[in-house]
Amino acid sequence: MAFIPHTREDVEAMLAAIGVGSIEQLFDEIPANLRLGALAGVPESLSEMEIGRLMAERARLDGRPLCFIGAGAYEHHIPAAVWAIATRGEFYSAYTPYQAEASQGTLQLLYEYQTMMASLTGMDVSNASMYDGASAMGEASLMAVRANRKSHSHRILVPSTVHPHYRKTAAAVAGNQGLVFEELPYSMEEGRILPGALDRYDGQDITALVIQQPNFFGRLEDVDALCDWAHARNILVVAVVNPTSLALLKPPGAWGTKGADIAIGEGQPLGVPLSSGGPYFGFMTARMEHVRQMPGRIVGRTVDAAGRAGFTLTLQAREQHIRRAKATSNICTNQGLLVTAATVYLSLMGPGGLERVAAASHARTRELTDALTKVPGVRRLFRGPVFHEEALAIDRPVAPVLESLAARGIVGGLDLSEHYPELGQALLVCATETKTTADIEHYANALTECLRAARAA
Amino acid sequence: MSARLEKPIFEYSVPGRAAEDQWPRDPGPDATADLPAALRRTKRPLLPEVSELETVRHFTRLSQLNFSIDTHFYPLGSCTMKYNPKACNSLAMLPEFLARHPLSPETVAQGFLSCLYELQEMLKAVTGMQAVALSPMAGAQGEYAGVAMIRAYHRARGDLERNEIIVPEAAHGTNPATATMCGCVVREVPVNADGDVDLEALKAVVGPKTAGIMLTNPSTLGVFERRIEEVARTVHAAGGLLYYDGANLNAILGKVRPGDMGFDVIHVNLHKTFSTPHGGGGPGAGPVGVSARLAPFLPVPLVGRRGDRYCWLTDRDLPQSIGRLSGFMGNAGVLLRAYIYMRMLGREGMAKVSEYATLNANYLLAQLTRAGFDAAYPERRATHELIITLKRQAKELGVTTMDFAKRLLDHGMHAPTTYFPLLVPECLLIEPTETESKAALDAFVKAMGEILAEAAKEPERVTSAPHTMPVRRLDDVRAAKQLDLTWKPTGAHAIPTTS
Repeated sequence: MAFIPHTREDVEAMLAAIGVGSIEQLFDEIPANLRLGALAGVPESLSEMEIGRLMAERARLDGRPLCFIGAGAYEHHIPAAVWAIATRGEFYSAYTPYQAEASQGTLQLLYEYQTMMASLTGMDVSNASMYDGASAMGEASLMAVRANRKSHSHRILVPSTVHPHYRKTAAAVAGNQGLVFEELPYSMEEGRILPGALDRYDGQDITALVIQQPNFFGRLEDVDALCDWAHARNILVVAVVNPTSLALLKPPGAWGTKGADIAIGEGQPLGVPLSSGGPYFGFMTARMEHVRQMPGRIVGRTVDAAGRAGFTLTLQAREQHIRRAKATSNICTNQGLLVTAATVYLSLMGPGGLERVAAASHARTRELTDALTKVPGVRRLFRGPVFHEEALAIDRPVAPVLESLAARGIVGGLDLSEHYPELGQALLVCATETKTTADIEHYANALTECLRAARAA
Repeated sequence: MSARLEKPIFEYSVPGRAAEDQWPRDPGPDATADLPAALRRTKRPLLPEVSELETVRHFTRLSQLNFSIDTHFYPLGSCTMKYNPKACNSLAMLPEFLARHPLSPETVAQGFLSCLYELQEMLKAVTGMQAVALSPMAGAQGEYAGVAMIRAYHRARGDLERNEIIVPEAAHGTNPATATMCGCVVREVPVNADGDVDLEALKAVVGPKTAGIMLTNPSTLGVFERRIEEVARTVHAAGGLLYYDGANLNAILGKVRPGDMGFDVIHVNLHKTFSTPHGGGGPGAGPVGVSARLAPFLPVPLVGRRGDRYCWLTDRDLPQSIGRLSGFMGNAGVLLRAYIYMRMLGREGMAKVSEYATLNANYLLAQLTRAGFDAAYPERRATHELIITLKRQAKELGVTTMDFAKRLLDHGMHAPTTYFPLLVPECLLIEPTETESKAALDAFVKAMGEILAEAAKEPERVTSAPHTMPVRRLDDVRAAKQLDLTWKPTGAHAIPTTS
């Protein structure tokens, strides 16, 4: 099955028009010794009914456990309208809007998206999205190097409270261009950047400081002081933020006296399902003075030949198809489909709905923390407020506890020992508006039993 | 198509209106009382306050302003705009797949991981490579991974001088941009008059600084690089590696494999050959395949198998990996869609894809030539795509490729790729794909013929096209000079939305 519409008569007429006797003859420029025989290693074709059965079986294997992990991907309610719109063929099966006149729908949607993201982050401009939050941090670091003409060191300070996968991805994406990422230590009591961690960089040439808010542990950094410290030393500030949290928390554009220079983050919480990690989208916004250093597509509003408003891709002189080796990035696509979903999501939520989601997630996480810290052997790891995640210490090794929870249909959180072994037996948990009091009680009871069993063993 | 424009959603907004059925219950003011005042937002973001129906109607109307594969012939060269089967979407969106958290334990991921593992195996089979990593999130990221692995390979051998990447002058812009992102220097080599790489020029440019060459075959000129084995020998003899840009795999699927041609690393655009959606500009997916010597450098995570269990392989398993390119597992849902498509094609369907894609392109080439158009490489077979040049028409009639492209929109067809490759003047790069019928191709040839006739008789009708679209040609210079990148509250915009 290959979705081919040709009848035998079509094929004969087409071959006659070309002047060849067979389709095979069309491949006669390929050296014969390179031609492939039978294609071993690919199974026989399946009909739609057969693949439907197979995928349903695979899906059933994974089930639908109750999920209490966040760590950069968050389960939120997604209104039915979001994907009903996003999977319309006119959005789903269109390409990058190169022919603007035939792509006004996508272009206007991107312009509306740019407006929403710029405002949500408190910045001037937004691009049309990046691949995901982690790779956007790499791109933002490269952008900071281009934008900070006062610095020549290519040194980027990254707190160890930034998502570990983001740090690894940024190093992989940007490291080949000579960027150096230097880690700032965190406080084991507070789960935040260690006060005084920046002192040793006074007087040194630093290009940018990355600040994640809320940080990987869900904790709130002192963004105003950090931002002002950087700006006083001609260091650019790259903010890494959770878009849901911005309904409640101060947007990067309002951090400190001047505001952050570049804001990026994972757009997934805005109407994109968890779906094993992707496709998601990274957002990137910035102050107007840096717009020409931004990577990726940007949509602008202009006029057509009749003087009416219309939308088009703009500032393309930054991009690879024009600048080739001198482009700001090799990025070509954005994550258009996910941006479509996010724009519909933000429209349905509005400012009030997004606030409600953020507040409810915060409240559920407090409720979860209260319930779990009543379980014998469980305590909070850090003091002070969080947004919607909490790090917990438990008195038994984490991995087997998580496995017994999974066997009970609960994905209980993230084992922190892989990335933060110094924290001991620690677990990062999250609750959003999707969790009920009954869900939380169910988890607390299960954890009580799992820990009891682990102690007895 | 409705010519009616749609006003920005912000202009529907009324304070106090909301799609409240979508909101969670109010946890009350005390719920957030613990958040310090200094860290809180004080001014609400500019998001519209609209009902659910207004939202649905607005975005449905916007969708109707688009051309798409589902609604229009879309022969965009080098983009492989083939039909995206509906089952690939609906099965990848089964609730269990959507709900799975990327960091949840492997014990509740065996269904998902088995699909990815089998996808890796199928991609190895069709590309002839020894190992595959699925995580790169687009073709450009696959390219980045490929060149980064080439660099890492040379470094690991202590060969630190190799920092030059060779690209043919006809290459896609992402190739040189990628080389730069990997800290390499770009060396361009010319192609000769019949579209093959100039071997003498290549021999002159390779040397002890050569890290590798980036090629696609068939090339961006829409023809098969016949001396590929000699190219491979030349580059390998100089100590460099060969990178295959998989943009054009649709031409050779099941017929010839990059691994057999001598390539060391390849990326595959799943959103082209394997029919995952283009989504208005993404998400794509650009898995990479490598020969055995590059396998230790693959980006993580990979999917492995231990006994009958599937598991993640991370940088602990591949200590020489170029690292992680995404927060989790690349565009996982896109990978599922490609998996479903490949299982539906099966062994038999793979070769059919390239056979009918090639048949369609060669048929279009023959019929366009009959209709009075000039092939860029008339002595060559078309592959899955073809190039015509309108240089003669531009000179004789004053009607350019851009004008033809815009006038095609009035005929209800998306334009082919224009002015790419840069090497061919006034060119159209046309890729019909295998899923288009003879009738659709005949309609395209007819439209092109009519535009040509019109260009002779009434050229201004063509040079001022399009006439039936929601907007006329847009002022790109103004867009770049008077930057208007976000909507501002009423009064700030001087341009009326409707005429």
